[in-house]
Amino acid sequence: MGARSSMQLQEEEINEIQRETGFSQSQIVRLYSRFTSLDKSNNGFLSREDFLRIPELAINPLGDRIVHAFFQESNDDTVNFKQFMRVLARFRPIKTNQDKNKMNTREDKLRFAFKMYDLDGDDKISKDELLAVLHMMVGANISEEQLGSIADRTITEVDYNKDNQISFEEFVKAMEKVDVEQKMSIRFLN
Amino acid sequence: MGEQLFITLLSLCFAPVVSVVILVLVLASLGKSLGIRRRYVKLLLQVFEFGKEKISTYNKNKQNGDDSDDEDANENTKKPCENGNGLNVIERDISISYSKGIRIQSISTDINDVKKKFDLSDIMYFAKCGVETIIEDDVTQRFSAEELPSWNLLSRTSYGYHYISLRLTIIWGLGFLARYFVLLPFRLILAVLGIGWLIVCTAFIGYLPAGKFKRELNQYVMLMCFRILSRACSAIVTFHNRENKAKNGICVANHTSPIDVIVLSCDNCYALVGQAQGGLLGVLQRAMGRATAHIWFERSEVKDRHLVTKRLKEHVDDLDKLPMLIFPEGTCINNTSVMMFKKGSFEVGTTIYPVAVKYDHRFGDAFWNSSKQGMIQHLLNIMTSWAVVCDVWYLPPMSKLDGEDAVEFANRVKSEIARKGGLVDLEWDGQLKRAKVKDSWKEKPQEEYSKMLKVD
Repeated sequence: MGARSSMQLQEEEINEIQRETGFSQSQIVRLYSRFTSLDKSNNGFLSREDFLRIPELAINPLGDRIVHAFFQESNDDTVNFKQFMRVLARFRPIKTNQDKNKMNTREDKLRFAFKMYDLDGDDKISKDELLAVLHMMVGANISEEQLGSIADRTITEVDYNKDNQISFEEFVKAMEKVDVEQKMSIRFLN
Repeated sequence: MGEQLFITLLSLCFAPVVSVVILVLVLASLGKSLGIRRRYVKLLLQVFEFGKEKISTYNKNKQNGDDSDDEDANENTKKPCENGNGLNVIERDISISYSKGIRIQSISTDINDVKKKFDLSDIMYFAKCGVETIIEDDVTQRFSAEELPSWNLLSRTSYGYHYISLRLTIIWGLGFLARYFVLLPFRLILAVLGIGWLIVCTAFIGYLPAGKFKRELNQYVMLMCFRILSRACSAIVTFHNRENKAKNGICVANHTSPIDVIVLSCDNCYALVGQAQGGLLGVLQRAMGRATAHIWFERSEVKDRHLVTKRLKEHVDDLDKLPMLIFPEGTCINNTSVMMFKKGSFEVGTTIYPVAVKYDHRFGDAFWNSSKQGMIQHLLNIMTSWAVVCDVWYLPPMSKLDGEDAVEFANRVKSEIARKGGLVDLEWDGQLKRAKVKDSWKEKPQEEYSKMLKVD
């Protein structure tokens, strides 16, 4: 019943979100209709359960981490539409002539990926964190020992200050050759 | 004074209403049509077309009004594609499933052939895939009403009512009056008569001795009753390939609404299979059960798979009995896709007669969203819509191949139905409407990703 609720989305709100995120009016209206259909309890907020009710997200090995990214925008256990849109905005394609204050710069995209590893939110990826995320991605298919050596190798390759952790700066440097624009952008249709 | 006028008006309406009802009943029992409903549908299409033009000029004027929107113009000039699910917000790049793992469209090579070392950027595939599914996913969207390409002048649809032009508002108002004050009462009369007639006739047939006469009489009465009921929701059904109609065996169809039964029963008699219900449905089930063999399971019996298969088998082995009608999805889907078929009916080992049902959702949404509305509310929705317009395709009968198990056979039948009805063929279980995914379904994507990794 996205329609009735998309009526409730005020013109000013749309304009504000448009300014902040760069989404077009029609995209915002359509994404609002998606937001309300995910919001099963109809209270204007999404809970973790609301997200994980999407089967394709629930079977994503990193589904929990992706959902978690939405909750970093808010301090409590709910996500409202603005916060929802801010996270989605990171996945808009980068355009050459756009304002700098939109939320989809290369750095924003890298920050999103970095935070998926950073489980405790201390702005560093430790070996334990990397191991835990690797574990989520591969399940029981690769032995602990092999994962350990993958983690060790990965950290030594990018750890320039030799503190055995990956800082955001080191992460950015390691991603220098990666086509972040392609890998972290979603094709939005008009 | 008011009362007198009211009674006079009512009595003036009486004769025409009764004669129209009688005419409809006679036509229904003969299986004939005057083509009035088809003309009505043609007229509606013209009205919708008019509305569409009005709305598009309205939108154009509005867009010229604000110029801030041109930023995205060069982002993607491609029109939103329709893939059987209305309009899309994004074009998905990565798909994930519990049987096929991860598929990335922008990478042309099969990721199974890629062998590479772990890279910190690998996480981006999972991230992008996850956010894509949050914006648009294959499953949950099948459990809510399909979006319309343009407004069909019903205020309950996703477009809702809003003022566009005076003429359109007048048309909407007239339509509203016609639907609620002419069509609805008329349809209710037909529904009550149809159901009453069904209960009375089956009671009489129940006393007849079993035999050819009873079977034929029952067939005739069933067709007649369901044709009356189909007129109670102005159903306009086009049957294709009627030579493939089921005579015995099991007929399987995709499921959108309880209306499916009425639609399909207008052209053929079926033995129905389902859980025994209480209330009005229970009365109907018992009535139909008197005249011929239907299979109603008690709640406790449904769990017992062996018993279910045994009773289905006994039924299809008796060639005197009617073909069974089964909806193997086990739940209503919004008619944009076909979801997983439960293997039960494919284990019986009889000929399967697949049927594809596709509703034209411009005339009203036939999908029963059982988690949001009750059965009565759904039926009222249908009866206050413009009409139920649908196509039914009878597919050539199919049997299990050598070496094929029930699940593979079920999938093969499902793909055929999807292809014929122009529906998206999904492997996901419709029960996900209520249930959660199994934890083990995470394993396939993990396994596939692991295969990609080169470990020392």
